[in-house]
Amino acid sequence: MSGNVLYDVPGPKGRARNRLYGGLSTLALLGLIAFIGYRLDDTGQFQSGLWTAYEYTETQQRIVDGLLTTVKTFAIAAALSLVLGALLATARLSDHKPVRWAATVVVEFFRAMPLLIMIFLLYAAVFTSNPMWALVIGLTLYNGSVQAEIFRSGVNAVPKGQSEAAYAIGLRKTQVMASVLVPQAVRMMLPSIISQLVVTLKDTSLGFIILYEELLFVGKSFAQQTRPVNGVYAFIPMVIVFGSLYILMCLALSSVATWVERRTQRSRKGSPPPMTATGAAVMAGPALGAAAPDPGASGADGTNHH
Amino acid sequence: MDVLSDNFAMFREGFIGTVELTALSALLALVLGTAVAAFRVSPVPALRIFGTAWVTLLRNTPLVLLFLAVTLGLPALGLKGWDSFWLAVMALGCYTSAFVCEAVRSGINAVPVGQAEAARSIGMTFGQTLTQIVLPQATRTAIPPIGSLMIALAKNTAIASGFNVTELGSVQKSLNADAGYNIYVIFLWIAVCYIIITFAISGLFRLLENRLAVAR
Repeated sequence: MSGNVLYDVPGPKGRARNRLYGGLSTLALLGLIAFIGYRLDDTGQFQSGLWTAYEYTETQQRIVDGLLTTVKTFAIAAALSLVLGALLATARLSDHKPVRWAATVVVEFFRAMPLLIMIFLLYAAVFTSNPMWALVIGLTLYNGSVQAEIFRSGVNAVPKGQSEAAYAIGLRKTQVMASVLVPQAVRMMLPSIISQLVVTLKDTSLGFIILYEELLFVGKSFAQQTRPVNGVYAFIPMVIVFGSLYILMCLALSSVATWVERRTQRSRKGSPPPMTATGAAVMAGPALGAAAPDPGASGADGTNHH
Repeated sequence: MDVLSDNFAMFREGFIGTVELTALSALLALVLGTAVAAFRVSPVPALRIFGTAWVTLLRNTPLVLLFLAVTLGLPALGLKGWDSFWLAVMALGCYTSAFVCEAVRSGINAVPVGQAEAARSIGMTFGQTLTQIVLPQATRTAIPPIGSLMIALAKNTAIASGFNVTELGSVQKSLNADAGYNIYVIFLWIAVCYIIITFAISGLFRLLENRLAVAR
């Protein structure tokens, strides 16, 4: 159900009222933004002295370094978590009971633990001098377990006929999994997998708490080093600059997920296999009419849910 | 064993801190999230744009960054006097509200179209349709995803330990720094505390789900 089912098409009076509400809420929002801007200005956050530092190449170099560290951490953690996810999902789908149980326990445990608590443990017990690996392994364990669940639900969502048909033509268990189920599951679950990667990217900022020199930590130490201008520290400019960096990175990755989702949806309803097309041409009119709206309806259903 | 009995008061304080933080920010997230979901389906374009911006912005911000923005930004805006606990509630509540909004919105989408059409045809306004017809039915579909969001929220409260709030994460941090105790045993007890909390939440939501379930 899309939003406009909830209200009638507004008549002249309703339109006037909606315009009034719209105007009032816009005013209220603009007022709020103006108030925030005014307060920030009033407390001296926009003094040029706090911002000039961002013009130096040395500063920019440090920001780029922090960015690269974050991206590197994210890349390692993402790759490892996908591998771990695949392994755990395979184990959870195994035919052997003990393997299945062990994998279930591992997945449920790491999904139930707060990531930061895991990172504290790894940092205090294993990687005492190397916060990066504490962060990476923590991220891998948590996100790997979540990815495992995503993979598993994808494999389970493939229609049963697919694996039955594959077994019927004599494929072995591994072959059925690798060449029939997994390709379809990954394709179906790609948006969820990428969304989880966005979560991984966001969670690299937890390194800040264990003093790992990723982007946010660079920002904080940078703000602490900047000399306060008229008694105002450079924290708010830091939050504005680094916040936009993070949001841009995550938005870029999320938009990949939306793009993939739209693409797979379109291809599912847009291009029917050639077999159907020739078949439909031969078939009688009503059959064509009955077949045509079906994929369209399922496609529309899909878009409504997002 | 020693860790727990030696530091029982500390553990209790941390446990209560985490529970309070979770409960209060859950309340804030549910109220804000439902309001923003109502904005996103409302007939007023300005509110719809605000709702979309709120969700997009908060869903793509790391929680640590949001904590930093709230703890550094709100005092600069003139909210002095607030202690770190309430700032943490604000950060967690706002962050989770974006996810709650999406859960509620997908719940609204799952209500059969005929319900809203029938409501409109007997002359109900948008507010009446939403609050009396659609939202009560949307609750049913939205409860399970909101339950897992609340569990995620309980786990996210650990981040508050980086911002001077007493809860289980800060207990672990200070006990780890203490040395003398086995770090794995500390972790074990902290893990047990979190598992109690998350089990309680999932039990509560299963109860709610059963209560609200209807035979269709």
